[in-house]
Amino acid sequence: MPTPTTSTRSDTDLYAPLSGVPLTAGQLPRGAAPLTLLAVVLAGVALWLSGWNAAACAVLGAITYTLVVTVWSRVVEGSRKATDRLVTAVVTCAFLLALLPLISVVITVISKGLARFDAEFFTYSMRGIVGEGGGAYHAIMGTLIITGLATVISVPVGMLAAIYLVEYGRGKLAKAITFFVDVMTGIPSIVAGLFAYALFALFFGPGVRMGIMGAIALSVLMIPVVVRSTEEMLKLVPNELREASYALAVPKWRTIVKVVLPTALAGIATGVTLAIARVIGETAPLLVTVGITSSDNFDPFDGRMATLSVFAYNSYAHPGFPADAFTDRAWAAALVLIIIVMVLNLIARLISRLFAPKTRG
Amino acid sequence: MAKRIEVKDLDIYYDKFLAVQGVSMTIQPRSVTALIGPSGCGKSTFLRTLNRMHELVPGARVDGKVFMDDQDLYANGVDPVKVRSQIGMVFQRPNPFPTMSIYDNVAAGLKLNSKRLKRSELDDIVERSLRAANLWEEVKDRLPKPGSGLSGGQQQRLCIARAIAVQPDVLLMDEPCSALDPISTQAIEDLMLELKERYTIVIVTHNMQQAARVSDVTGFFNLRGVGQPGELVEIDETTKIFSTPSKKATEDYISGRFG
Repeated sequence: MPTPTTSTRSDTDLYAPLSGVPLTAGQLPRGAAPLTLLAVVLAGVALWLSGWNAAACAVLGAITYTLVVTVWSRVVEGSRKATDRLVTAVVTCAFLLALLPLISVVITVISKGLARFDAEFFTYSMRGIVGEGGGAYHAIMGTLIITGLATVISVPVGMLAAIYLVEYGRGKLAKAITFFVDVMTGIPSIVAGLFAYALFALFFGPGVRMGIMGAIALSVLMIPVVVRSTEEMLKLVPNELREASYALAVPKWRTIVKVVLPTALAGIATGVTLAIARVIGETAPLLVTVGITSSDNFDPFDGRMATLSVFAYNSYAHPGFPADAFTDRAWAAALVLIIIVMVLNLIARLISRLFAPKTRG
Repeated sequence: MAKRIEVKDLDIYYDKFLAVQGVSMTIQPRSVTALIGPSGCGKSTFLRTLNRMHELVPGARVDGKVFMDDQDLYANGVDPVKVRSQIGMVFQRPNPFPTMSIYDNVAAGLKLNSKRLKRSELDDIVERSLRAANLWEEVKDRLPKPGSGLSGGQQQRLCIARAIAVQPDVLLMDEPCSALDPISTQAIEDLMLELKERYTIVIVTHNMQQAARVSDVTGFFNLRGVGQPGELVEIDETTKIFSTPSKKATEDYISGRFG
């Protein structure tokens, strides 16, 4: 039986294939891709100025650039790098395409909303206003009150449900809850609104309108989001920490309150903030449950309230005279709503940074 | 302090799967008992039955008796939380609480159970526990810093300090050095030799030199065969196990001629 050490030839064989393969390969000249891109962009702009459709120019430019770079790279650099460049180009295009509507919305809302983004808009309600002027103070407060109430209802329910699912739930009940949470995630928002309306109509008769109804409709939409995000965060808490706590003779409920929840707090807070952002712009459920009013009403248990989304919808759908004043107010309301959501997102990031478990002091 | 543990005919199950069968042993107070054996033979499982951590796994249960100074740990009405307050545990991977400072980690066993203590008393306990864990000099200037900022060996000593802060009678250690470098291992082994003056220590280890260095008594676990439950092959004075074991399997395992 030959042993590996007897043959010196096998040693040289080991290195032979390596020396045969060149370690260098063809490369596109430096700056080839950016220069191609520049050329394509210039050509596109030229076409656009000569009367072509701007969108057609952009699409044509993207295709041309992708083809040129891929083919060139394939000839010079080989197929692996060509594929790399092709995929890079395609992914970048997809990213820009996805970004397009977002940028478009932001630009439109800002440009049209700034017309009435003034002090009066934030300090006046629509009481007694028939034409220009007036503001959305009542709607901003209404949105904050109703969303706040929805949060107060949803966060305890959602968090406790998630704690049950992760820490206690076994068997059929837990499976059923998970299933129904999934179903609830897909409920159309108008259905949530009709549910709240039907519930209150049973007790107060048809035609009832209250802020709390809107809050309940919103919490129907919010609870599944809170459950889901909290559940995921609790699952991320390492089991070792729970065991460490049990080994110190800490009872289970105290372990959950003092060890598991603080560890997951950053993620849970972020999830809750995003859930708020998700429901704060809902219109349909608020339209059927809360309605709209032109005066200040900050009592969610008594009659109609105004909210930003319904305010915007109403100003646009039922304008008075001059119609421009109403449209401007609708845009300003939309801008305020976007700013609130943006601030909420910033707060979520801040919270997750502040509460995240620290590794360095 | 430092109690004797007596195990009689202990069978350990995961659902219907019999993991460990027929373990009987006596663990002497103020000594270190080492449990060695190949992976998957049930050493850790057995260790976790001693403070009823085992039953945290859904479906896990035991048959047989475990006595701590004549108290049956598995008798009806025994609260596992009370058991764990007298039998502390240190885990394989250091697991300080990431949301707490070094100070709070040591005080965790008291604070989480909301024992009402004066600040000065708590300070004393923290210092005493950290000194006992040979960590005080290294961390005394940064007690309010997060515990996860320490090195692996320091974290493990922090976990030991945390376990002894609640003044248990018995300390269980599940491969406490397997994630540590030789210097940290040395520190923890020295610590064990000091701690055995006051506690009953049971340690699971894969490192036979470690068992030989620190333990007074060594128990050898082995699988009866593939798919068979694990069992305690023999338990005796460490010097005897490592020089003249009475069973062939023990000798094979210790001399590296396993299987």
